[in-house]
Amino acid sequence: MNVILFAISAALVSNVVLSQFMGICPFLGVSKKVSTAAGMGAAVMFVMTIASAVTSAIYYYILVPFELAYLNTIVFILVIAALVQFVEMLLKKMVPSLYQALGVYLPLITTNCAVLGIALVNVQKELSVLMSTLNGLFSALGFAIAIIILAGIREKIEANDVPESFKGAPIVLITAGLMAMAFMGLAGMI
Amino acid sequence: MGKLTERLYNGIVKENPTFVQMLGMCPTLAVTTSAINGIGMGLATTVILTLSNLFISLLRKVIPDKVRIPAYIVIIASFVTIVQFVMEAFVPSLYASLGLFIPLIVVNCIILGRAEAYASKNKPLPSIFDGIGMGLGFTVGLTCIAMVRELLGSGSVFGFELFSTPISIFINPPGAFLVLAFLIAFLNYRNIKKAKKAGEKPELCKLADCANCQNHACAGKIGKED
Repeated sequence: MNVILFAISAALVSNVVLSQFMGICPFLGVSKKVSTAAGMGAAVMFVMTIASAVTSAIYYYILVPFELAYLNTIVFILVIAALVQFVEMLLKKMVPSLYQALGVYLPLITTNCAVLGIALVNVQKELSVLMSTLNGLFSALGFAIAIIILAGIREKIEANDVPESFKGAPIVLITAGLMAMAFMGLAGMI
Repeated sequence: MGKLTERLYNGIVKENPTFVQMLGMCPTLAVTTSAINGIGMGLATTVILTLSNLFISLLRKVIPDKVRIPAYIVIIASFVTIVQFVMEAFVPSLYASLGLFIPLIVVNCIILGRAEAYASKNKPLPSIFDGIGMGLGFTVGLTCIAMVRELLGSGSVFGFELFSTPISIFINPPGAFLVLAFLIAFLNYRNIKKAKKAGEKPELCKLADCANCQNHACAGKIGKED
């Protein structure tokens, strides 16, 4: 039961994009079509789950025993960068079909601040390695939900008559703002 | 205009990171709940950007091309950690309200972008001014958004109360998106009007497209040959 509540809280109530503002760049930049948005969402879920597990394990089994916890930002970003590279190579070799689907999005994820952000939140909240992994998975699920919904709305906006000054970025930001309002309503669930 | 003042003008007005390039959107939307937070975040980013630009420019002939992005990340992350400790010690209240977004300066596209696009190809002094210009441009952008949000959302500016019936949605997450949308729409409106007078095609603020981002550093080409 606790895990279900935890999942709802991580994925919907404190949605990583719409309430914590992490990963805004891909959220706005890769949400033109539902298919690319789904690809990005899947790639983020894949990387964020692994990154949460690895960074949290490194923090508790290497940094804390050697009293190097203050280096966590530097270590985490390097681990994430190396991990993304490694996952890319591994997928290319082992699962070419998955690489075809996710390949182009993987390099973009290194600078997706949601991955580093969730890794830092995990150690800040002192979650265990298992809970960190789950937090990573469900937060990324929230990211995927948000980006796919935005992409769906943007596909419809294409056909609409938007005032000239609102074309491009402003109308997308307003859409995101309305989505954020809707997600605020979910706070009552917990 | 001298080269150094040109760098400042370029960062603050011509290529303003917030309103023109739309870079660094995460802190822009997250910390702009009050004008003080906006200025604090902007100045912290400016300090890190200036220092990292200086060091990357000094080391531009030492760092091998193939591993340059990881090297830049290490330099930037070191400065972020230093600034984080300084802020924790001297401005603890600001440190608490900016929270997670101080360590997240590491992945701010503006910093890695300037390192790749400018500091790695230019001499130290212009790189410093490029960093100051871009940083101040970011600070101006954040402060504008933060002042509007604070005025509408808590009825005050820089903590001075102006009216007592604020619309609190503006300091909540949705307000961030809406205020930024209307500010950009206003700038677009002015650009369209100006372009119509001159008889040219108006230049609208384009949404950053990650896949074809001009800011290649953002796309994380780590260890890759290109």
